[in-house]
Amino acid sequence: MDASLLPPTATVETITLVEATRRAVRQEMRRDPLVWVLGEDVARGGIFGQYRDLVDEFGPERIVSTPISEATIMGAGLGAALVGTRPIIEMRIFDFALCAMDELVNQIAKIRYMFGGQAKPAVVIRAPHGLWRSSAAQHSQSLEAWFAHLPGLVVAVPATPADAAGLLVAAIRSDDPVLFFDPKALFGATGPVPQEIAPLPFGVARHVREGDDLTLVCWSSIVPEGERAAEALEREGIGVDLLDLRTLWPWDEAAVLASAARTRRLLVVHEAVRTGGFGGEIVARVVERLGPGALKAARRIGAPRLPVPFSPPLEEAMRVTEAKIVAAARSLLGA
Amino acid sequence: MARLMELYRLMARIRAFEEVALVAHAAGELPGYLHPSIGQEAVAAGVCSVLRRDDRITSTHRGHGHALAKGADVRGMMRELFGRAGGACRGKGGSMHIADFSVGMLGANGVVAGGIPIAVGAAQGLRLLGSDSIVACFFGDGAINRGPFLEGLNWAALYRLPVLFVCEDNMVAAFTAARSVTAGPGVVARAESFGVAAESVDGNDVEAVAEAAQRLIACVRRGGGPRLLHARTYRLLGHTSTDEAAWRDPDEVAQAKANDPLVRARDRLLAAGVDGAVLDAVLAEARVEMEAARADALQAPWPEPAEAWEDVQDIGAEPVEQL
Repeated sequence: MDASLLPPTATVETITLVEATRRAVRQEMRRDPLVWVLGEDVARGGIFGQYRDLVDEFGPERIVSTPISEATIMGAGLGAALVGTRPIIEMRIFDFALCAMDELVNQIAKIRYMFGGQAKPAVVIRAPHGLWRSSAAQHSQSLEAWFAHLPGLVVAVPATPADAAGLLVAAIRSDDPVLFFDPKALFGATGPVPQEIAPLPFGVARHVREGDDLTLVCWSSIVPEGERAAEALEREGIGVDLLDLRTLWPWDEAAVLASAARTRRLLVVHEAVRTGGFGGEIVARVVERLGPGALKAARRIGAPRLPVPFSPPLEEAMRVTEAKIVAAARSLLGA
Repeated sequence: MARLMELYRLMARIRAFEEVALVAHAAGELPGYLHPSIGQEAVAAGVCSVLRRDDRITSTHRGHGHALAKGADVRGMMRELFGRAGGACRGKGGSMHIADFSVGMLGANGVVAGGIPIAVGAAQGLRLLGSDSIVACFFGDGAINRGPFLEGLNWAALYRLPVLFVCEDNMVAAFTAARSVTAGPGVVARAESFGVAAESVDGNDVEAVAEAAQRLIACVRRGGGPRLLHARTYRLLGHTSTDEAAWRDPDEVAQAKANDPLVRARDRLLAAGVDGAVLDAVLAEARVEMEAARADALQAPWPEPAEAWEDVQDIGAEPVEQL
């Protein structure tokens, strides 16, 4: 049933992440006539149903199904922002955004700076990313570290329906360009989401659970793995302080520093390839800030430096799992 | 004749701006390098002369003429070339990224064809806003071999967007003769294959450019969808201020000099009875205006180093490092 049809007394219900993002977009499109969506198949609801039925309410001028022209989807979104509208640029899946790197990296991320602040490109780029059902090397990537590295962008990596909705509302209202990584594998995950979605501030981590022995930092699709690992570790008597960063730029350095200073053991886990991943940045920053002697142990877990394979056992072998997190945590505790 | 006189004045100002900037560059007064449009002034002047102030343009790396013709502030532009405080882009962009949103100039672009998706999106946004403004999208003959040109043509035609595509065909893609790297009959045929009506014009005849642009823009503004103007011109100088383009056929260059758009406009004005001294005065005034802008830029302060940290983003802006 459509959650919006529930009685108004039900101000918070449990809905899927994809439904939460649809609710956020609908709320913001009702609030602001300058908000519109462009991307492939969005008038048909988007391939994950993120925009289901929205064309009926807002019409094809605001829910614009486009040709398969990623460079122009991205660049046209920018152009439309430069005249004062607030586009949501849908990339279908993140990997296709790679066809629009000039428009994202050279244009959107730079235009405010190059033009001395004359323009703020108020766009949201939605890019569903990560592993999802044997999708292989061109439909599974997690390259969020590239964009945290890139000046000019805000990078959102939500993991729950409520966070996805709140961050998406904040992204739509933001004058900064926001690269919003929908966690593809969690589109069906459920959680409580209010009817009226408030914007969630960028750069504030979610403290998922508290513990004294180990700081575990993760984001996006890996958060449920981290939660399961933390539960398993707790059964062994290991207390895990679990942080879901929610955004990678800005990221909640203060929360990570406070936790790491207390537990003195830091484990950063991401689905992306470990080498050059954002986990390295976090560990380096913590060491810089707290000093080389502050931590007893630190470690990153990520994928090996491999393209994502198709076959389930191959994909499983390289994937970051609860078991790998638990094993790494145990080894850190031995340190 | 008054109109041609105004176009002549505008072309003279563009020419003088770039000549003065090149002298300043050679004298070591301005950093980096320039992409001069000398010889191509009639395209910028002709098209922009028939745009409204609230119409928008997107430009190229060779964009000084487009910016000036759209009405960008000369001193702000010159200071920008010099990297000084008070520059149009606060010294962040330089010659290749001149923009002046106050006059609808949405930016030069360092990437060939980079302005095309931006232009079609601006047109789409303007329509959503209920505006009857249009977008003129300048690009070169080299850009027609990039994907965004083909995507953008398709896109504009599909949504019947108010865009005038202006192919400024100076016959050369950076350092390579464009025809040697372009298959098929060229930009007009490519536009027509998307159902976009296109016409070719002598791009060194400023009146012809203005008339063609006016005709096409009228169709665009009436909701007739995009049009394409193919303006044949010639880049009299090299790709950049440091390229002497010595590799070109000297006969071709000599012919092109005789076909200089300023010379041709001048001849027409003389034939119509305008006194040569009046035309000389136009050139001299333009020179004085641009030399004054150069002097202004030279005396302008440099930006404060801490300004390098500004205008990146509101959320998550890097704090200024202690310098």
